[in-house]
Amino acid sequence: MTGVVIVGGGHAGYQCADSLRRAGYDGEITLVDGEGHLPYQRPPLSKSHLLNDTGEEALLFRTQSYYDDHNIGLKLGHRVTAIHRADKQVELDNGETLGYDKLVLATGAKLRQLDLPGAALNGVGYIKSLDDIRYIQSHLNQTEDTVIIGGGFIALEFASTAAKLGKKVTVLVRGQRILANAVTPELSQYMLDIHHQHGVDIRFGAEVDHIADDGNGNVEAVRLKDGTLLPAQLVLAGIGVTADTELAVEAKLLCHDGVVVDAQCRTNDPDIFAAGDSARYNNPFTGSEIRLESVQNAVDQAKVIAQVIAGQDAEYHSVPWFWSDQYDIKLQMVGIHDGYTHFYQRGSQEDDKFSLFFFRDDRLIAIHTVNRPADHMAGRKLITAGVSPTQQQIEDAGFKLNSLVKK
Amino acid sequence: MPTVNYVSFDGQSTQLELAEGMTIMQGAVMNGVEGIEGECSGSCACATCHCYVDDAWLAKLPEMSENEDEMLDDTASERKPNSRLSCQIKATAELDGIVIHMPEEQE
Repeated sequence: MTGVVIVGGGHAGYQCADSLRRAGYDGEITLVDGEGHLPYQRPPLSKSHLLNDTGEEALLFRTQSYYDDHNIGLKLGHRVTAIHRADKQVELDNGETLGYDKLVLATGAKLRQLDLPGAALNGVGYIKSLDDIRYIQSHLNQTEDTVIIGGGFIALEFASTAAKLGKKVTVLVRGQRILANAVTPELSQYMLDIHHQHGVDIRFGAEVDHIADDGNGNVEAVRLKDGTLLPAQLVLAGIGVTADTELAVEAKLLCHDGVVVDAQCRTNDPDIFAAGDSARYNNPFTGSEIRLESVQNAVDQAKVIAQVIAGQDAEYHSVPWFWSDQYDIKLQMVGIHDGYTHFYQRGSQEDDKFSLFFFRDDRLIAIHTVNRPADHMAGRKLITAGVSPTQQQIEDAGFKLNSLVKK
Repeated sequence: MPTVNYVSFDGQSTQLELAEGMTIMQGAVMNGVEGIEGECSGSCACATCHCYVDDAWLAKLPEMSENEDEMLDDTASERKPNSRLSCQIKATAELDGIVIHMPEEQE
């Protein structure tokens, strides 16, 4: 069998299969994913999923019949264990081999695991997969106190969810502010105030010593290095991920913190592409090699790969965007703010509706918005077009920013 | 289960029965109805599930949030008085039979 083999059924893997068919590709498509579920959407897992009553079906990208109708083969519950580049084959964990014309690596990221005593106790969880969230869900009823380790998006989105569910929530942050890798100190402070308003206790400079056992293998508490004991029946660790490049490294593809790809998302093997969390590419907006963990990046890279495989001209140069939902706050980010020299604010923090416009010298490079989606949408167009509004236009909330870019 | 009628930009009609509580966007995307994308998984963050709701049903819809209102100002296809984001409309008994028209493009 030949055709396209896609490794991974997350946003990038699923999107690639779908876009291949939309682009008119009529060869065989086989998507392999180790999890054993129909491809599903991960963003809701830490956000709305536990608060919704719509169940797991609502997470699916598509029902089984879509894959049948579009002749997309699914190998679910099987991992690819090796790539044999010389034979253009991948090997699965059941010994099966699949030949490919083109191979797409959409292997995503691997969870960083806690490395401390008690990490394996019943009641210690993570959020990345459907199985992870089922595990957390199965512990929620018995949980009054939850301790969350980490201060990034997953940790804080789950803090928001747990607080909404009426749990007593303590968040342990190793550094001195939340969302330190994603936003500026001003926005960290604003989000901290929001968490405080919802009764969430956030502790900075917190180092976990161990997770204490209740004597039956269940979590009972979290002990900090300063001696503090925090009762907990559920401990959630949101301490980041690393690019899953194992297969690519073993296949001797060029990797360093991610599988290195060119503007067409091609690796140094012309028949192998990579997309999503595990792909590292040269970003035209930052002028540097980056690896992004986001839906936008996964989807847009996968679309480029599909077009290229289908014989069309395509290059990946989308402006990056991200979002996070916490309580009633919709945080949206467009562009990369690293290296900004100054910023202007639009709207007001008191109204919980404001945006920060980041400039490097006189060029707009990123916008972070809180409950101002129009600024975000306009920002995507502005940054894509390389148009920088003036300070006056930004600070005049009545000025239509999208009028600066033609549709 | 409420029925939703999706009408594509070129006039093709698809009828689906959705589980109560599922959004119009989810129903379309999961079942492969073309014309609605829903890139952000229904988080009201991408405006790629823009739709035009048949006038007869407009009054029965839940009120639009400020966020949705703002997002609709930046859709790929023209915003009209009956524009909504389909991720913000849940299928309910009251909306049984609703007719949804797809825009020309989503991005």
